[in-house]
Amino acid sequence: MLLIHCPYCGDRPELEFSYGGQAHIARPSKPESVTADQWVEFLYLRSNPRGVHAERWRHVRGCARYFNALRDTRTDRFIATYKAGEAPPQQSGSTP
Amino acid sequence: MSECRGKGGVLINRNLVVNFSFDGRSYSGFAGDTLASALLANGVHLLGRSFKYHRPRGLLAAGSEEPNALVTVVRGNEARSVPNLRATQVEIYAGLVAHSQNRWPSLGFDVGAVNDWLSPLFPAGFYYKTFMWPRFAWHRWYEPRIRAAAGLGRAPGGPDPDSYAQCYAHCDVLVVGAGAGGIAAALAAAGSGARVILCDENGALGGSLLDERANSQGGSDAAIWLRTALTQLAALPNLTLLPRTTAFGYFPHNMLGLCERITDHLATPAAGVPRERLWQVRAREVVLATGAIERPLVFPGNDRPGVMLASAARTYLHRYGVRVGSRVVVLAGCDAAYGVALDLHAGGIGIEAIADVRTGAHLVAPAAIAAARAEKIRVVERATVLGTSGRLRVNSVSLGVVAADGSVSNAGTLPCDALLMSGGFTPSVHLHSQSRGQLQWQADAGVFVPAAAAENERSVGAARGLEGLQQALEDGTQAGLTAAKACGLTPHAYSARIAVQEYSTRGAPGALAQPGARTPAKAFVDWQNDVTTRDLQLAMREGFYSIEHIKRYTTTGMATDQGKTSGLNALAIIAGSSARQVPEVGLTTFRMPYTPVSFGILAGYDRGDQFDPVRRTPMHACAENLGAVFEDVGMWKRAWYFPQRGEDMHQAVARECRAVRTGCGMFDASTLGKIEVVGPGAVEFMNRLYVNSWNGLAVGRSRYGVLLRDDGFVYDDGVVARLADERFHVTTTTGGAARVLGMMEDYRQTEWTDLKVWLTSTTEQWAVIAVQGPRAREVIAPLIEGCDLSAAALPHMAVARGTICGAPMLLFRVSFTGELGFEINVPADYGAAIWEAVRAAGQKYDIVPYGTEAMHVLRAEKGYIIVGQETDGTCTPDDVGLSWAIGKSKPDFVGKRSLSRPAMLASGRKQLVGLLTADPHVLLDEGAQVTATAGQVAPMKLIGHVTSSYRSEALGRSIALAMVVDGRARQGQTLYVPMPGGDLPVQVTAPVFYDPQGARLNG
Ligand SMILES: [Zn+2]
Repeated sequence: MLLIHCPYCGDRPELEFSYGGQAHIARPSKPESVTADQWVEFLYLRSNPRGVHAERWRHVRGCARYFNALRDTRTDRFIATYKAGEAPPQQSGSTP
Repeated sequence: MSECRGKGGVLINRNLVVNFSFDGRSYSGFAGDTLASALLANGVHLLGRSFKYHRPRGLLAAGSEEPNALVTVVRGNEARSVPNLRATQVEIYAGLVAHSQNRWPSLGFDVGAVNDWLSPLFPAGFYYKTFMWPRFAWHRWYEPRIRAAAGLGRAPGGPDPDSYAQCYAHCDVLVVGAGAGGIAAALAAAGSGARVILCDENGALGGSLLDERANSQGGSDAAIWLRTALTQLAALPNLTLLPRTTAFGYFPHNMLGLCERITDHLATPAAGVPRERLWQVRAREVVLATGAIERPLVFPGNDRPGVMLASAARTYLHRYGVRVGSRVVVLAGCDAAYGVALDLHAGGIGIEAIADVRTGAHLVAPAAIAAARAEKIRVVERATVLGTSGRLRVNSVSLGVVAADGSVSNAGTLPCDALLMSGGFTPSVHLHSQSRGQLQWQADAGVFVPAAAAENERSVGAARGLEGLQQALEDGTQAGLTAAKACGLTPHAYSARIAVQEYSTRGAPGALAQPGARTPAKAFVDWQNDVTTRDLQLAMREGFYSIEHIKRYTTTGMATDQGKTSGLNALAIIAGSSARQVPEVGLTTFRMPYTPVSFGILAGYDRGDQFDPVRRTPMHACAENLGAVFEDVGMWKRAWYFPQRGEDMHQAVARECRAVRTGCGMFDASTLGKIEVVGPGAVEFMNRLYVNSWNGLAVGRSRYGVLLRDDGFVYDDGVVARLADERFHVTTTTGGAARVLGMMEDYRQTEWTDLKVWLTSTTEQWAVIAVQGPRAREVIAPLIEGCDLSAAALPHMAVARGTICGAPMLLFRVSFTGELGFEINVPADYGAAIWEAVRAAGQKYDIVPYGTEAMHVLRAEKGYIIVGQETDGTCTPDDVGLSWAIGKSKPDFVGKRSLSRPAMLASGRKQLVGLLTADPHVLLDEGAQVTATAGQVAPMKLIGHVTSSYRSEALGRSIALAMVVDGRARQGQTLYVPMPGGDLPVQVTAPVFYDPQGARLNG
């Protein structure tokens, strides 16, 4: 079970969280003005990196807040968690 | 007791005789014995039959790595039978009943052993190759018989009557393994102030500290050190000691799963004590002191009872005073085997010879040979084993000698009743590997040792390839201090020292040399899965190259063994046969659990009534009193129907429907999800979220809302009321409440942070009583104050506040039945009282409580969809006839952009229609397929499916809803529903069967 640092509550076990998919996928502000292909990309296309992944988590059985995390998919190690709306923290080097 | 029990034995208490039974025969042992040691003490060497060939098997080992001696222990009855326990870990108690496995009718004479004579027919991949034809025979014939003949043990014969506990624990340092390294690490870390948990899979702590020869005073330096250390451990308040506790899995972020066996070793467990406990330990630092496992040697006939790991013989002697034989031949693949021979010799056991199987002279320590010869023990150098004999126990071994050119010559046959072998020791890296730690090949020792760790863990002592007790002590101490320091503590100096004679445990994995080119049969690599050298080589000849494929094809290293004894030898043989180095062949993944764990501890408390929480509405008891039959909807218990005396379900539902259409019915609708959307941004929030437009909705009015996902598909629906300018009362489907709130929160928190809006789940705050039918107004009117119920003041979809029997009330004029209807919302605690008041008031109108089944029939008659029944996550609003709900002038809402994607507009989409069977008495099956023409044969061209099907009381016939390709254009057509009895013709209709103008709603 992962140990996840909620930016609002601190370290909590994975049981308290739900996963929310890739982070920083902005919903087009004017959906009618994007092409069908662009909309499909927004809806369905997600990255699946072997390495650092920016993803959404929700502390659903805690403060119920959504936040973002950088997690290394190879090791399950969290490099950082940060509040929704914040830019991902700068990483030093590519491998944690 | 027989001559097999000698002197000594640090773990047994000779004053406490313990009687037990094995395969129906009574035996006695001593308190402290394992089933394995007690049976050996009674001269029993035959403990099981092998998995595939049913060959007689005895004990290979003395610890958890034992692959053969798997037994079933029965406590009282079949429900308490536990299969596949290793006899080496079963502690005996008075009255223990154990059985061998995988034999019929008896261990000594096993019919299945015919498989052994037929073994040329059972090569690697045999099952895959043989049982392929004819196809139908697999399920009917081959599989049931293979399953009956094979398999490890038998599942218990009933629900497990025992209880199992689960707990979470947090500590600074978790130490796995209480041998020399582990105890030193625990003492060092705890002495530095760390909160420590020390666990060990055995009942007796000490590991190989227990295996040292006693000196003239009757103890050993190791035993004396251990006694002192255990006293120190027990006195430490910051240390938790867990014997009989296996660390079976290493999970991410330093969480380990431990299985503590609490009562299995007790004759009469106290009532109420759980049998086992699952510990989920989150440790800041982990020390793995898991030791090393001795490797068997691979030679023909190496699986006979009496052929055993050398260290196991030493363990049986020193811990239990048990002699594994009286004429012993020791096969030495490493120096440690000499130590065993010398210990056994000192214990009065005759050593026929030591056959040193090492052929590289540089590998052999002359001191070991000299020590043996000094005791007049014969040593055969450059030896190999050509075969063994003995049906149910080994009685001789044929040796060969390997010349410098590799040729093998016969060196004669030695009689023996025990053949001990040591191929060197393999570090037990399972947990390190499970934690995704890397491994490194140590060529000079022929083993993999832990390299870079992925978690905050470190391996110590033999688990990382170090040799001997003193090194383990020093390494463990250092690791304990380092772990404490990593936890921010100041290491407290600690040192430990033991003086013992140490022998090297380094050997070379692989098979022993054989004469000629031919690989001998029955040179076993994997005892548990009956895999031989020949199987591995056959797999490679057939083109299997990857170790992962060879593992699955031959089954080597699978099941409970997980390669403990077999892994490295298999790798070395595969490497040797394919001109590769062992690291090039690679390792298969170490799977958890390290040893099997019961389903019981994994299920824990989540059994029976506690499997899932039950949600009951405030009126649940009222429905029970009325004799309701309940159905599960999510976690809710909902009243399904209310049978009167003698009624079946169909009769009850018909009566309930009739009452609603002709008089009045009442229904518990409390389970509907309810969310309050409040704040200055509430209207805009609802506009962006739901397809409907909310600007024009007046306070005191409600609207049927439809919610899509951004992919354009219907996600949920429900009535939404505007209670105030900035306050909406949103209802959701019963099952959708939580996910709708989650979706709302997602948009609120991450997309529309410009909106000031708050969301609150109020599902359980309100009890909801639907009163439906032409007489509904008359029923409730006398109870209500402060609100005008007239059609003019409270039209369809209006909402009003007032009181009912004095209780505060929110009254909805809504209908999910098509009749005049009200939904009375009162605070949950008033629910039962108001339910009874409404029922009493309704008596003179013959009010009838109705359940979810009648509700479904009534809504289907009206063509009202159920999200999740008519829809399946790929339906647009237009597909299910809900385009009218969409606010056409809105620039955007969730899902809007998707509705104009070409695929959403193309023809050929499934659309909601009604279906009427030609025979009004025929009821279609929900989920049945629809075809355009009759008489099709599979594969048919399917154009739709039935989503809802009921007997309609109002129409006096069956009705169905269906999703059919271009269904709206097919109205009036005849389609077909293929069923086993033939095609059923159906006529396509509009989905509204009853009161299509909706006149009854407005009564
Ligand atoms: Zn939180």
